Amino acid sequence: MWQKIANFLWRAPDGFSILTSLSGLGWEEIMAQVQRPIAPHLQVYKPQISSVLSILHRLTGVVLGIGALLFAWWLIAAAVGPKAYMVVEGFIYSWIGRLILLGFTGSFFYHLCNGIRHLGWDMGCGFSLPAMRRSGWAVVIAAVILTLGSWFIGYAVRG
Amino acid sequence: MQANFRTPLARARGLGSAKEGVTHWWRQRLTAMALIPLTLIMAGYILSLVGADRATVVATLQEPFPALVALLLIVAAFWHVKLGGQVIIEDYVHAHGAKIAAIIALNFACVVVGLASALAVLRLFFGG
Repeated sequence: MWQKIANFLWRAPDGFSILTSLSGLGWEEIMAQVQRPIAPHLQVYKPQISSVLSILHRLTGVVLGIGALLFAWWLIAAAVGPKAYMVVEGFIYSWIGRLILLGFTGSFFYHLCNGIRHLGWDMGCGFSLPAMRRSGWAVVIAAVILTLGSWFIGYAVRG
Repeated sequence: MQANFRTPLARARGLGSAKEGVTHWWRQRLTAMALIPLTLIMAGYILSLVGADRATVVATLQEPFPALVALLLIVAAFWHVKLGGQVIIEDYVHAHGAKIAAIIALNFACVVVGLASALAVLRLFFGG
């Protein structure tokens, strides 16, 4: 019964305070019963460049946040001494270290390019759908080229 | 379109609903803008240091410019992580206690790791 009343009242001005005082239920208990529209299920939602790049920005942001620990470890080990530096060096140049660093580099260039795209939106540029798709693909291509290019230079420097 | 939706009084006060308005949003953009040149310069130094021994790394960070870039990068990056990470936590962690605990942990982690990194750069710079 409370569910029906809640569905009827929850939009009404001050319907909520009436409801909470009548029912004796808390705000959260009533809200849990209100049948509001729900978002489309992600499983049946067709992936689009807008949504995929958006969640990638978050994912790469998390990767970079955690990856910053590696940067911190590298700096601290350099300051601590040769022994500590040997440990971090051994990790970075191992195959797992290189794999993590490749993921970090890709995340960095993607987050950088898409972040610039976001700053463009913040300035009010490129909101139309064709412009959004174009800038999106430009970000993907730029991130791939920059990632591969920097690794190419890295291996060239190392010889 | 209206250029500014805030009332004149709200503009004069410079505060938002939570007494800080767009500060969180603005600082995220400010640190983002700072991070563009800082990360690219640091990426250049790191690329030049691929395969280098510790002595070369230390010698590089004893130069004033790379040391300054490293310090600025540490401040901007960990601040940016703190701001962005908080938004992600607020979006996905709904239980109030867990949300607050996660935000506190994120803030502490950013300050601790950021200051430890800065201390490392300063120690190298002053020849420790």
